[in-house]
Amino acid sequence: MEQTQAGPAIVSLEGVTKRFPGIVANDRVDLDIRAGEVHVLLGENGAGKSTLISMLSGLQQPDDGRILIDGVEMPIRSPSHALSLGIGTVFQHNMLVPTLTVAENLALGGRWWQRPRIAELTARVAEIARPLGIDINLGARVSELSLGEQQQVEIVRALLRDSRLLILDEATSMLTPKGIAELGALMRRLVERGLAVVFITHKLGEAADFGDRVSVLKLGRKVGEITSERLRMLERAALVDEIVAMMFGRQAGADEISIPPRAANDDALLEVRELSMAETSDAPGLDRISFAIGHGEILGIAGIDGNGQKQLAEALAGQRPTDSGSVMLAGQALDGLDVGGRRKRGLRYLTDDRLGEGTVGTFPVSINYFLKQIGEPPLWRSGMERTREIDARAIELTRRYDVRTPGISTPVGRLSGGNIQKVLIARELADGARAVIFNKPTYGLDLANTLATRQRVRDIAGQGLAVLLISTDLEELLSMCHRIAVISQGRLVGIVSNGDRAGERVGRLMIGLAA
Amino acid sequence: MGGFFTDTFLTALLFGAVTAAIPLLLAGLGEQMSEKAGVLNIGIEGMMITGAYIGFVGAYYSGSFWIGFIAGAAGGMAVASLMALLCVRFGLNQIVIGIALTLGLEGLTSLLHHFQFSRSYPRLPAAEVTPIPLLSDIPVLGPALFRHHLIVYLAVAMVGVMIWVYKRTQFGLNLQAAGDKPAALDVAGIDVIRTRTVAVLFTGGMAGIGGAYLANVGAGLFIPFITNGAGFLGIVLAMLARGRPVWVLVGALIFGGCLSMTTAAQVAGIRIPTDVIQMLPFLAVMAMLVLFGRRAGLPAALGIPYERGAR
Ligand SMILES: Nc1ncnc2c1ncn2[C@@H]1O[C@H](COP(=O)(O)OP(=O)(O)OP(=O)(O)O)[C@@H](O)[C@H]1O
Ligand SMILES: [Mg+2]
Repeated sequence: MEQTQAGPAIVSLEGVTKRFPGIVANDRVDLDIRAGEVHVLLGENGAGKSTLISMLSGLQQPDDGRILIDGVEMPIRSPSHALSLGIGTVFQHNMLVPTLTVAENLALGGRWWQRPRIAELTARVAEIARPLGIDINLGARVSELSLGEQQQVEIVRALLRDSRLLILDEATSMLTPKGIAELGALMRRLVERGLAVVFITHKLGEAADFGDRVSVLKLGRKVGEITSERLRMLERAALVDEIVAMMFGRQAGADEISIPPRAANDDALLEVRELSMAETSDAPGLDRISFAIGHGEILGIAGIDGNGQKQLAEALAGQRPTDSGSVMLAGQALDGLDVGGRRKRGLRYLTDDRLGEGTVGTFPVSINYFLKQIGEPPLWRSGMERTREIDARAIELTRRYDVRTPGISTPVGRLSGGNIQKVLIARELADGARAVIFNKPTYGLDLANTLATRQRVRDIAGQGLAVLLISTDLEELLSMCHRIAVISQGRLVGIVSNGDRAGERVGRLMIGLAA
Repeated sequence: MGGFFTDTFLTALLFGAVTAAIPLLLAGLGEQMSEKAGVLNIGIEGMMITGAYIGFVGAYYSGSFWIGFIAGAAGGMAVASLMALLCVRFGLNQIVIGIALTLGLEGLTSLLHHFQFSRSYPRLPAAEVTPIPLLSDIPVLGPALFRHHLIVYLAVAMVGVMIWVYKRTQFGLNLQAAGDKPAALDVAGIDVIRTRTVAVLFTGGMAGIGGAYLANVGAGLFIPFITNGAGFLGIVLAMLARGRPVWVLVGALIFGGCLSMTTAAQVAGIRIPTDVIQMLPFLAVMAMLVLFGRRAGLPAALGIPYERGAR
């Protein structure tokens, strides 16, 4: 940790409270955000971090308490007011217009009589993105970018405006380890220039590496703060322990490695042969992908985001047409079957885009559990919804998967990210799953939920199902996979058995060397 | 039956097609902006009939067609501001409010007309025509396409203006963002409510001018319910055009052609039952829906009121 001279508080929250129907999302929170400091905000899913940010960025108004800017009380009336006060935010949920190009998205917010200044933008973007190691295609349509690339665009957008306070709400969840390190270095440069940064993450390592000050939220309350003086004094391991104790009141083993045992039955349950798909101008294709997953096996797919992971997952699930190749599940070919047909045969897909394609945000939790069975017995009879049946099952699933929701009739979009994920898992594992594809299953989850989800994935394999686990988090793959394949530009460049030096070998494959 | 394809007949047919197409074009271009911004503006029929009535009254008492158009635009915008207040600012259901406005204003304009003119239907003089030099001398096409009131050329030029607005201006970007992902526009610092309100007011103005044209130039008089679904056809056009102004023009000309056909065929005394002929425009709607409706990609947030911070 370098010495940074912390300045005065440029933004202070005093007793800020925000209530939503059935929940107090922020309960008398006090917070000082100082120039020259990276202030890390930690807390479990649903702790109220994003709600706090939404008040700083003018999206919500506090019910109680006040916000001070440079020591003067200043209600932040609107997002444009926040921007004019110099508060720039990268939101947790994507805030790009999918039908516009990257350049057009960056130009959004200019005065209405102006022409979008695309040429001027190009120069500035290059200047900001290069040191970050970010390569953005300004002409690409946002809908064609991977979530990771979209996140990069949002970070660049926030930097384009000359903010005094930069807020990053889980902005690293989709970045590569290298991208994260670069973002950390960038934050350091920014605070040295006198900016303030608020950094929200679920990864304690990032908090320890990048933070000057750490605040912890729990169930809407601020339960602790580690000041910069104290933070400099502590050893890294002691720091992590202290944070974990604050967050969970117990010790948690984040990097615990446990690979589920499997019977020596090497029959392939899910087999993919020579799967190919042409690339488009902005997305990689798939190049003769072949692999087999046995009963109870977890095969990991490692790789830098945007190298065809999403294409592979969607091709297997039947959401994207392929040009050639075949997919076999338990000896039966799935080719030609659509999403529903593959699902019926037992192939399940958990998307990383939980709110976009995974769930219908405005539907209640209960219906979201059964989204893929709408109209089918036993929950629907002759076109009629059997409410009582649905509710009983929904309550059962909510309990079994520990979904924290005010009720089963709450719209799923109101839940925190981790709880939406649990709804998805509950749905996809129901009735006759044989092979499950997880795409970044723990992205955006807090530590407790990440561990619970990883355990759930292990349990699924333990029941004899085949699991394909796509993740950009190498530690995660090493902690649970039997074998790890590396994808690069739509091609599997190698498969490594997990064990001694596996991490190193996967890493070498990822950067284009031989294992 | 003779003379179906004489020059005069063709000229009349085409002239009628343009005259019938202009109100549809104006309504379609207007509706297109609302839809781009995420507002399904069903009240456009009410805006059009209001424009027709106020526009007629304006032209009748002032003796100027231009004052008629300005009055029509003002009338349409007045209705639009009510729609914007209820649906955009207060987030009420756009379909319910749209239908209520349409029905209410059809009734109100009939009533006002009745009070003002009782059972008489005074006519305006024929609209002054601005022939375009050279082009208007082309046989058949010249008199059909290039001898119209100046507003007709302006309406067609609006297609170009709209393309420019959507493609080249910051406001065009804002509109598309308001329709596809309003939250993204909001956090970029642009007021979604204001952007959508501007779009709805523009729709009202265009629909109002369209209504005034329909009454003052097309018919030369106002009769209750004169718009007869032209606003709704504008909605269909805007939906089919998928955000592209040129397709509104193409669609308006096709519908206009069908409408003109019905009158022309009657004038020419063709022995097809009038009921069948009058179905033509609607058959055209169906045909176009079957051909293009499937692919109609509508803005993701169309019809959904925006509320900041809601999830
Ligand atoms: N607009 C809203 N309406 C109703 N409830 C809301 C709204 N926004 C947030 N909440 C609720 O407030 C609580 C805090 O949510 P918040 O999104 O701030 O959590 P978080 O700490 O950001 O969690 P995560 O790490 O999962 O993103 C949650 O229980 C959530 O359901
Ligand atoms: Mg959050």
